[in-house]
Amino acid sequence: MQRIPILKMGPYLLVSIQVDMDDRTAMALQDDLMEQIVRHRARGVLIDISALDVVDSFIGRMLADTAAMARVLDADTVVVGMQPSVAITLVELGLALTGVRSALNIERGMDLLRSRIEGPGIADGHHEE
Amino acid sequence: MAGKSALSDVVQKNGREILSAWVQRQQTDLALRNNLLQPGELQQQASDFLTAFGPAIERGGTDSTTGEAWSPVRDLLSTISRSRARQGFTPAETATFVFSLKRILFDALQREVKDSTQLADEMWKASVVLDDLGLYTTETYQKGREEIINRQQQELMELSTPVVQLWAGVLALPLIGTLDSARTQVVMESLLQSIVDTGSSIAIIDITGVPVVDTLVAQHLLKTVAAARLMGADCIISGIRPQIAQTIVHLGVEISDVMTKATLADAFAVALTRVGLAIVRKG
Repeated sequence: MQRIPILKMGPYLLVSIQVDMDDRTAMALQDDLMEQIVRHRARGVLIDISALDVVDSFIGRMLADTAAMARVLDADTVVVGMQPSVAITLVELGLALTGVRSALNIERGMDLLRSRIEGPGIADGHHEE
Repeated sequence: MAGKSALSDVVQKNGREILSAWVQRQQTDLALRNNLLQPGELQQQASDFLTAFGPAIERGGTDSTTGEAWSPVRDLLSTISRSRARQGFTPAETATFVFSLKRILFDALQREVKDSTQLADEMWKASVVLDDLGLYTTETYQKGREEIINRQQQELMELSTPVVQLWAGVLALPLIGTLDSARTQVVMESLLQSIVDTGSSIAIIDITGVPVVDTLVAQHLLKTVAAARLMGADCIISGIRPQIAQTIVHLGVEISDVMTKATLADAFAVALTRVGLAIVRKG
């Protein structure tokens, strides 16, 4: 089974999904993410899905669940780089991912996370172990 | 078979008289519509038809008009009825092209065939053939019309979904006409593609040109907004007329989580603020 790498950058976790995900990979990613959020006290998670041409209802639900779980662990989640066809499919499936925030690309996504997380007085790297 | 050749004999022998009588008859029938046809067009069509008609009866018989031998006649008729559909003739007028030949043919048969039993037989055959062809004309006329409608629908669809960039990072989508599922799909695709192409973070959907917003249209709008949001762009719906605002509330459509503005100008002002710009008066 493939494992999707999770990169840590300051108080953020970066995930770039470059392979077609099957359900087990997705569940493994969810487990790993939660573990890493707790271990690194991460405040934000950025998931890049620009390489995904197909997102089925299971992956869609996984993304929404992941965002909700991360929320419980006090981390914001941003999904970036969704393809137009994927967006249309998800909407047609009735999965608007209301709890998940989106951005067009990684840059915008990081801006979004920073604006949410970095209040005054919190310096970069504050959350490192 | 003597009966079979009699009809085609009559047509082929009296071709000239039948043609002139037929053309004259049609000209009286279509007196008011003559301006739709080019001069000589009717004459040409009638003569082409008769040229194909005679051999077709001889080779194909009168039992059915679907065979190989009849195909030149059918091709000719479909060309004629398609061109008439484009020229603006009614279906009845188009079918008259064939039906008006009946009387002329009967007259010719009466002159040529003396035996009354044979005459009745020939007339019946001629009648059946012409009815068949007349129906075929109407059918192709209908098909021609449908093709025109489909093509126009396609053109309308492509014309009516332009995505324009108002400013760097601000897109506008002026919608005109009713939104159905097919159009929503086109609108959604072109909007999302433009968001990717221009890297825009905000899109204004202007519905000034949408005549009616019912639950279905509202649902389509919300879908478009949701898809854009998934791509990371916010949407503002603008151009909501007073009646439409009333309808939306009366129908109980829940659009409170989408930003709405009365005019495109208001929406544009909000969009500029979002991307961190402001318009100031000079001096």
